Amino acid sequence: MSIYVETRRISGRRGLTAVALGMLDPEAIWMIWQRDLVRFLRQPARLYGSIVRSAVWLFALGLGLRQSFVPVPGMSYTEFIFPGVIAMALIFGSLQSAISVIWDREFGFLKEVMVAPIPRSSVLLGKALGGASTATLQGIVVLLFAPLAGVHLTPVSVVEGLALMFLTSIAMTTLGLVIAVRMTDFEGFGSLQNMVVMPMYLLSGAMFPTQGLPVWMNTFLAANPLSYGVSAVRGVLLGYYTHPLVLDVAVLGGFSLVMLSISLWLLEREG
Amino acid sequence: MAEVSVPLAVNGPIIRVEGLKKSFGEITAVDGVSFEVQPGEIFGFLGPNGAGKTTTIKMLCTLLRPTAGKATIDGHDVVTEAAAVRSGIGIVFQDSTLDEYLTAEQNLRYHAMIYHIPRSQREDRIKRMLELVDLADRRSDVVRTFSGGMKRRLEIARSLLHLPRVLFLDEPTIGLDPQTRHYVWEYLREMRRQQSITIFLTTHYMDEAENADRIAIIDYGRIIALDTPAALKRMVGGDLVTLSTADNQRARTEISGRLGVEKVVQADGYLTFEVESGESFIPRLVAALDVPVRTVSVRIPGLDDVFLRLTGKAIRDEDAGSTDRLKSRLRQRGRIRR
Ligand SMILES: Nc1ncnc2c1ncn2[C@@H]1O[C@H](COP(=O)(O)OP(=O)(O)OP(=O)(O)O)[C@@H](O)[C@H]1O
Ligand SMILES: [Mg+2]
Repeated sequence: MSIYVETRRISGRRGLTAVALGMLDPEAIWMIWQRDLVRFLRQPARLYGSIVRSAVWLFALGLGLRQSFVPVPGMSYTEFIFPGVIAMALIFGSLQSAISVIWDREFGFLKEVMVAPIPRSSVLLGKALGGASTATLQGIVVLLFAPLAGVHLTPVSVVEGLALMFLTSIAMTTLGLVIAVRMTDFEGFGSLQNMVVMPMYLLSGAMFPTQGLPVWMNTFLAANPLSYGVSAVRGVLLGYYTHPLVLDVAVLGGFSLVMLSISLWLLEREG
Repeated sequence: MAEVSVPLAVNGPIIRVEGLKKSFGEITAVDGVSFEVQPGEIFGFLGPNGAGKTTTIKMLCTLLRPTAGKATIDGHDVVTEAAAVRSGIGIVFQDSTLDEYLTAEQNLRYHAMIYHIPRSQREDRIKRMLELVDLADRRSDVVRTFSGGMKRRLEIARSLLHLPRVLFLDEPTIGLDPQTRHYVWEYLREMRRQQSITIFLTTHYMDEAENADRIAIIDYGRIIALDTPAALKRMVGGDLVTLSTADNQRARTEISGRLGVEKVVQADGYLTFEVESGESFIPRLVAALDVPVRTVSVRIPGLDDVFLRLTGKAIRDEDAGSTDRLKSRLRQRGRIRR
């Protein structure tokens, strides 16, 4: 009995400290992050789906078009789209994780989290890290196809590539959270996915080079955060950059922060 | 000199609610309710579907912002001190909030993390809670494989893991069979004994409401009666006596004439009437009648009789089966937006 009374006080105080700090509750972040990973591993269909999708794009498109299409001198089309296929795995993986917020709302788990003594910002941060991790795992699977695509990897390019894949996934997950956080039905998300994912993907420079495009397309490319992710990943893997790496990293990081703030604002206005 | 004791009254009510109100556009779900709950009390909200029970709980749990009024839990305001309120309460929501892809143990462990239960105590407490709700042997099983009753018990275990001062239970035993309901209540009483917890529950089951020390009957967002179950039932009057005899017509005259009972209803071969205390009345009844008595029974009025008396309508008491609930959720999915 005495133990209970004491721990009740301690747990209350620690919870309060975490809230008083306002932003970071490492345990809450880790719980939500870890949960996303555990659920991902328990649903292998998601991973298989991603492998098949990536293989189809890489080989059907890459090999099919390699005869007729030389995007950049000295680079085969399969090589060229290899980072683009990674980017596809990242954007799909990220958005799929973000959608799970809608599931959590529907099936209740979100309530368990929202009523706990943890700051909302940590909930979103955990979700962003969880989504980015599962998306990066799907990107890593594509990376394993590198020898088949004729892409030569070095330890340095792999490490840099992983870091940039993770950053790109953070940007995509936080974007997905802004969309998903207030949404209560899946139909809406489906159409948004078509309106957001496909244009973003096709106009990111993932599938074709960006020189000599019409102005409106270039404007879209410049405004599209995924362009910077594709440029960065392709840069470190193939040495072919669309923009300077510093710019890519700055844009992706800045975009993620803005998206996090918006989703936090949306989540806190609830109720 | 009289001994001066004790702490409870000094600390005052643990839940204090004044004029609490919540509107969703045109609909007023909760329409100015006020009540107080004392530490250690089991306090029940009894009302039909849509009465505003869940909405009240959500406001007390800081998930919904009241439109008007004020509520404090353990002295903390639910709006301005939400964080303090949250760390002191445990909740079992009406619909399950477990993660079905996780194991029982993982659900509890994650709860421990977001409630900041000291690491050194976690595993031990998780183990004890699982034992308490009889799920220790299923701890590594994924929740998806659990029955409805097992899930409910797991949720109750989870809500108690961080030793809340106040436990909110929104229809804690909905959809459970009577035996499981009985077990759940045994666990709850045991928890109350061990941890001196205060329980706020909502229900539309009359027999479940009987577990409460005090009950507020709520209808259309308003409290229409608030008292102990016994006192509420006294509002209906006395007990109901039903008997059949060899000659009901004669018996009826005898009961009215010799025992002074005014209203005797004759229907389906039975006579029914209301007396103050049925049990002490029966010996007198049998002695006073010349007609041979075949059967006698005494029925104590239930809370449904109270509800009927207060609102003029019956509280609906049937279970929505789990398929029905799923269907209605699917139907709602398209239109609930907030
Ligand atoms: N988010 C919401 N938006 C609009 N109306 C709502 C919302 N939540 C509840 N209501 C309405 O408020 C009223 C009270 O609902 P509430 O869920 O509190 O009832 P309840 O007493 O818990 O009923 P039940 O026994 O069915 O659980 C209902 O008319 C309901 O339609
Ligand atoms: Mg309800």
